[in-house]
Amino acid sequence: MPSSPLLPKMMKAHGVSRRSFLKYCATLTSVMALPPAMAPKIAHALETAPRPSVIWLSFQECTGCTEAITRSSAPSLEELIFDSISLDYHHTLQAASGDAAEHAREEAMKAHHGKYLVIVDGSIPLDEPGYSAIAGISNLDMLKETAAGAAAIVSIGTCAAYGGLPQANPNPTGAVAVSDIITDKPIINVPGCPPIPLVMTAVLAHYLTFGIPELDELGRPKAFFAESIHDRCYRRPFYDKGLFAESFDDEGARAGWCLYKLGCKGPTTKSVCATVKWNDSTSFPIQAGHGCLGCTEPDFWDNGGFYKPLSAPAGNYRRVGQAAVVAGVAAGAGGAYLAKKNKAKALAEHETVDAFTLEKEEGES
Amino acid sequence: MNNPNFDLLMFARGPLFDIALLVFVAGVLIRVVEILILGRKKDFSKAKGQPVQQGIKTIFTRTFPRPGAIKANPITIVGGYVFHIGFFIAFLLFVPHIALIEELTGLSWPGVGRVVIEGATVLAVIAGLALLYTRWKDPVRRKLTTWVDYLVLILSLLPLITGYVAVNKLFGDPTFMMALHVLSVDILMIVFPFTKLMHAFTFAMARYYNGSIQGRKGAES
Ligand code: SF4
Ligand code: SF4
Repeated sequence: MPSSPLLPKMMKAHGVSRRSFLKYCATLTSVMALPPAMAPKIAHALETAPRPSVIWLSFQECTGCTEAITRSSAPSLEELIFDSISLDYHHTLQAASGDAAEHAREEAMKAHHGKYLVIVDGSIPLDEPGYSAIAGISNLDMLKETAAGAAAIVSIGTCAAYGGLPQANPNPTGAVAVSDIITDKPIINVPGCPPIPLVMTAVLAHYLTFGIPELDELGRPKAFFAESIHDRCYRRPFYDKGLFAESFDDEGARAGWCLYKLGCKGPTTKSVCATVKWNDSTSFPIQAGHGCLGCTEPDFWDNGGFYKPLSAPAGNYRRVGQAAVVAGVAAGAGGAYLAKKNKAKALAEHETVDAFTLEKEEGES
Repeated sequence: MNNPNFDLLMFARGPLFDIALLVFVAGVLIRVVEILILGRKKDFSKAKGQPVQQGIKTIFTRTFPRPGAIKANPITIVGGYVFHIGFFIAFLLFVPHIALIEELTGLSWPGVGRVVIEGATVLAVIAGLALLYTRWKDPVRRKLTTWVDYLVLILSLLPLITGYVAVNKLFGDPTFMMALHVLSVDILMIVFPFTKLMHAFTFAMARYYNGSIQGRKGAES
């Protein structure tokens, strides 16, 4: 395998100045919550580290994650970092197809055994191998085979990290996450539907420079998934003041009030959307007037409805409530009826005694 | 991969809430309907006063302590007020709670800000703990108290405490604490119809009854 050109050469080819590269490294440093002094170190490491071979596997997915990372802005530095790893296999982006493409994957696996990085987007169907296959190889087989020689795996997007949309109720394909299958390799989860492009590249940069980042219980890099959207939301002062939009175009919505009642899942969602934002830090969903869907959390499709407030019950409460009213009134009336009957019966069976009988009884005993 | 904390929250606001709602609504209705249907024996004597008027009046007048009561039992009376008022401010004026009630009933009203909610919560918890303490400390009251009474008081405090901890992220995973908060409410709803918590619904009937007896006899209540 020819080693891919080092970053400086790539930058020249793309017409990117060193100044903007350093700026990018500073951005990475700050989003990774590292001290600013680390920026030059990151730049140095990125410029000199050998590009690892990367195999990108796409399973049951919508290509949104790849779209997000490649469509950020052209030619973006994100894209550059992304290009300058040795991306040996990515069937959406690579020119080769069919057997030739599979050869590229096998060759990379052989040449870099134990050292290559596997990136996965999409979930893996377990019910039927035929639900999703590439060149006749089922997703399950391809993942196991490719993961065997990997140094680490990055699950990009909520589908690969937690099952995502394919796994949503009723999960017709029996979809599972990468971590449900591979248990003997380090796995970095970068959830999001899609993840923020800067977060994806920053995680890759972290892997290239310092190795595997510190992860939370859900396998997410703590640098990006430690704080909730709610804690960083610019609408938070309205939440605290008790000012809430009641519909998407009422006075409150226009005044930028909190979207909790419209179903915002910010309080239970960990991501940096509110600070790093999207599209070159232009905006993020809540800023655009829509509540957070909770896309970086497991099962976010099934967590009680996107437009239902987080505090609202999520089950069958309406039918249960109606049944409870009917049952309660009926049982109450029944109970009263029984009590009355018992009382009447007790009255009827009540034997009267007078002093004379009592005295008599006493004399007898 | 699952988030066990979120799964617990979904259980608490999903199936367990449904069960709690069933037990709460049906249980309260069973007891209230039964009391109302059983009624009282008709009193054939001629009323000397105004039983209905006195009955209704008593529902409200008993809200205030009789003269001297505060002096005799300051913690019980003041603590009782603070706890009840604080509890209802936190319960009925916090907007996520209003959103829940709106979802269930369609009724909605404006809420208040965090300072008021959290202030009311803190005061209610302090008052509740003080009530617990005096109940335990006073030998007479202690004798009169069953373990269910302690349980009910503690169960009424738990939603306040867990809610405060979850919203302020004091400790524990916030989603887990939120799940505990909803769980504590589910449990409160389940024990409600079978304990003295029923006073929230029966107090009016009991006061009316007391007042109307006095009224019938021509006494002011
Ligand atoms: S809009 Fe969402 S994230 Fe922002 S303050 Fe309201 S509930 Fe929290
Ligand atoms: S705001 Fe919420 S739903 Fe939107 S992208 Fe961020 S985490 Fe996902």
